[in-house]
Amino acid sequence: MRLSQTLGKSLWTFLFNSGSCNGCEIEMVAAVTPRYDVERFGLKLVGSPRHADLLLITGPVTRKMAPRLKLVYEQMPDPKIVVCVGVCGISGGTFYDSYNLAGPVDQIIPVDVYVPGCPPRPEAIIHGVVTALAKLEQAEKVS
Amino acid sequence: MNIGNLIMVVVGTGAMALFGIVAGLFYMGIDRVLVARMQARIGPPLRQPFIDMAKLMTKQNIVPANAIPWLFNAAPLVALASSISIMLYIPLGSFAPIFRGYGDLILIVYLLVIPALAMVVGGLASGSPYATIGAQREMVTMISYELPLATTIIAFAWKYAQLGLDNPFSLATVAATPIWSQVGPLGFVGCLLLLVTMILVTPGELGKIPFDTPEAETELAGGLLVEYSGRNLALFYLSLGVKAIVLTAVVVALFFPYNLSSYLAMSALPARLVDGAFFLVKIFVIMFFSVSLIRIAMARFRITQVVDVYWKYLGALSLVGLILVMVDSFIR
Ligand code: SF4
Repeated sequence: MRLSQTLGKSLWTFLFNSGSCNGCEIEMVAAVTPRYDVERFGLKLVGSPRHADLLLITGPVTRKMAPRLKLVYEQMPDPKIVVCVGVCGISGGTFYDSYNLAGPVDQIIPVDVYVPGCPPRPEAIIHGVVTALAKLEQAEKVS
Repeated sequence: MNIGNLIMVVVGTGAMALFGIVAGLFYMGIDRVLVARMQARIGPPLRQPFIDMAKLMTKQNIVPANAIPWLFNAAPLVALASSISIMLYIPLGSFAPIFRGYGDLILIVYLLVIPALAMVVGGLASGSPYATIGAQREMVTMISYELPLATTIIAFAWKYAQLGLDNPFSLATVAATPIWSQVGPLGFVGCLLLLVTMILVTPGELGKIPFDTPEAETELAGGLLVEYSGRNLALFYLSLGVKAIVLTAVVVALFFPYNLSSYLAMSALPARLVDGAFFLVKIFVIMFFSVSLIRIAMARFRITQVVDVYWKYLGALSLVGLILVMVDSFIR
């Protein structure tokens, strides 16, 4: 599916908590507060994956959440972007040796950009989203 | 109806649809910017809703496996088409409605139900439990705001029937003889109460905070619209935008049918333009008080509270308004 010109200016975002400690959520919500105000760029939080263009995932993906994460990813309409926020989703982070992990996020669904940090700052999350967009645009050009 | 008339109606309908959609999206943008400013944010650009629509049109349009496809796809079209068709009965500025002489207030009240019903049907057809709950809540909300809305309309219809004008229920009559000029002090208070009622019914009709219980993003994940994506979702947003214009235009036509051009001596064309601009300003003022200001100041009601607010408080308020208007015209 082709990327449209408008996608980057109107990213509707779905937050998915796959078992995080909520630290990353606090930072993501900070990004919509007046200090950072990502709505300036047309980014908006939505309640349903069907409305979303961007999936922001936090947490290391517990066994219970793994099938749900996959389901939510599949429910999103194309074209879609996935950004993994926090070191948990990259490697398991603090929970790396937990008996309850189904693995980091990229074991379950494809990830476009990883944002490291525990938790990452809001600036880092915004940068991650911008990077994901740039990456998709480049992929579009090459293909 | 001859051919010339027919062409007029077709062209007029197209123009109305275009105006409704553009103005609806434009006011959505104003609303978002104003809300952001009131929250000390900068907010999105004014044309953000247009960008959103353009994006939604390019997205994949998913029909869920559980859905009833034809109903699921038809609902957004019906919602948009019915919102646009209401526009044909409403005077905009000094432009008379396209179907002048046909519809009246009562018809508009009935037509206003259709977009909401289309959303309910779409929600039920999408086969998701969230959407089903959302649809049930939407129906409850509809039943709730119908009481104060109907009472207000009855007050108007009764008053104009009392005045002995011909065609008392038509909006053109209401526009020609503003209600404020026909009532004494008691009736004036009554009309103020009715105006407050209408302003508070508007966010309920539009599914805005604090009456957005059927959509409830945080608990119902978008409720009625949960399974909609891409083009269908865009159509629903457009229909909401048009409906916002329709509702505020009804409030304007009922309560503020004044035109600037009648106070300034002007020739025909500039007068129409000035009236058009003045109409947009009036719509903006109504929209600001009934949507933006309330939306920013309140949290969401529970569905039981929605019923309470509309039936008990606003129902009582509008009944008092109706009684005052009646008493007023008896003692005059
Ligand atoms: S990365 Fe850190 S803050 Fe984020 S969910 Fe994991 S432990 Fe919590």
